[in-house]
Amino acid sequence: MAANTTAYDKVMAARAKGRPTAADFINNIFVDFTEMHGDRRFGDDSAIISGIALLGNIPVTVIGIEKGHDTKDKIARNFGQAHPEGYRKALRQMKLAEKFGRPIITFVDTPGAYCGIDAESRGQGQAIAENLYEMMTLRTPVISIFIGEGGSGGALALAVADEVWILENAVYSVISPEGCASILWKDSKKVKEATECLKMTAEDLISLGAVERIIEEKGDISLVYKSLLKQLNDALAPYNITQGKEKKLEEMLKKRYKKFRKIGEL
Amino acid sequence: MFTKDLFKKPKNELESSSKDKKAPAVCIPEELCISCPSCKKPHFKTDVNESSGICPSCGHYFKIGARARIDIIADKKSFIEHDKKLTSTNIIAFPEYDDKIDKAKKESKESEAVITGVCSISGYACAIFVMEPRFIMGSMGRIVGEKITRLFEFATKKGLPVVGYTVSGGARMQEGILSLLQMAKVSGAVKNHSDAGNLYVTVLTNPTTGGVTASFAMLGDIIIAEPNALIGFAGPRVIEQTMRQKLPQNFQKAEYLLETGFIDGIVDRREQKEYLRKVLKIHGGKV
Repeated sequence: MAANTTAYDKVMAARAKGRPTAADFINNIFVDFTEMHGDRRFGDDSAIISGIALLGNIPVTVIGIEKGHDTKDKIARNFGQAHPEGYRKALRQMKLAEKFGRPIITFVDTPGAYCGIDAESRGQGQAIAENLYEMMTLRTPVISIFIGEGGSGGALALAVADEVWILENAVYSVISPEGCASILWKDSKKVKEATECLKMTAEDLISLGAVERIIEEKGDISLVYKSLLKQLNDALAPYNITQGKEKKLEEMLKKRYKKFRKIGEL
Repeated sequence: MFTKDLFKKPKNELESSSKDKKAPAVCIPEELCISCPSCKKPHFKTDVNESSGICPSCGHYFKIGARARIDIIADKKSFIEHDKKLTSTNIIAFPEYDDKIDKAKKESKESEAVITGVCSISGYACAIFVMEPRFIMGSMGRIVGEKITRLFEFATKKGLPVVGYTVSGGARMQEGILSLLQMAKVSGAVKNHSDAGNLYVTVLTNPTTGGVTASFAMLGDIIIAEPNALIGFAGPRVIEQTMRQKLPQNFQKAEYLLETGFIDGIVDRREQKEYLRKVLKIHGGKV
């Protein structure tokens, strides 16, 4: 991307057809990925992929919001908009990760949590709230990577993490620029203006303390996968220990709370 | 009215206006009166206030401000406010936000969309937060998040239960990502409070939506709602417009949430104090 790209260009890039989805990242970074289905309460949400895998030689739990590639796939994945059972499936896997001491890596790419009658009747708000609540004290490292769109509460529900990384052209926002323009100015033409105002690009998010690291998107996508493999390994290696692990996890949890605690602190 | 006056040409403007004017039998100054948005009947404000903001004719729940709620719930003179002066600033320089804050302050006479503090309810001590619907629709920005987080941290330290009244349009978009992240921040503070063995009761009032529903509103150990209150993640209009789905009757109403298993009960506004007394007592409340 050129240096003079606007915030809106980034939104377009984040949503662009052909942009790699969570499944692409999972398949290209990890080995032996084994998918796990269902929330054991209602059903299996195909907008969320979850399972176990190896990162190099570290066992990990991997969760991603999947948008799908072709039309048929996109429809099956509900365009990456999860239902409550999706968030509950993710939480079930996260609890198992905690039990077995596996670090958790999430890939976030969603326009938002699904808003429809069935999602509401099964408690969309409650499902998201529970994830935020439980993730804050999960006794295992959590890294969230924003790879495309980070749409509001539906994205945050998988991003209460020790570290949040974001791809150079991914975005993360409290509301879509379209939603913002139509609510505040009753004018869908003001989308570009809304995008600037919302401060949703990777650079904005770093300066606001909402994310910790920007992942460069230069050249072929395989370079991004390679770089992520290395960065994840480096970040998680210190936890791949037996002696003094409890103390390290204790420190990690304090740091996780403090990180969110200081957002908007006076 | 069909009278002979109809055919009479008024001599001057004064005469005509005085004839047209329907002289009311009793003259009630407007500021003393309020008409119910549901049954349209006018009532004296004092009557409505005496019935806890419930229409004496049809039982409609008027929206009430945070201070009025505290008056209803807390024991007389027991409320001690925390962080009264904290107020929002336009942190990401969002257009028109400064004006919005000024207007909200004037309308609500409060400095933020939530009031926090400690009080006693029928003698039992608790920490309490009450959201203010007239302050940008009770939306959650960083100050709302900060005040509620501080309250939970205080309550955790003191071993106090927390009672929270919610009314909100959700996260305040004029603060961008900083408002979204308050959801995680407050939820974390609620978790620590809970892990230390403390009680948290939420009372959901009309309307509770968006990021507030998807965080601390739904995290109570006990969750009750006011009759007919709208409670949801996405607003009903958003669902109808974007999904082109016709909404079932009662959808997202307190009664619907009770039926689908997401709340513990629906409690009349006039009985909430007694309800809270019982649960505080049963949880070993301190006098």
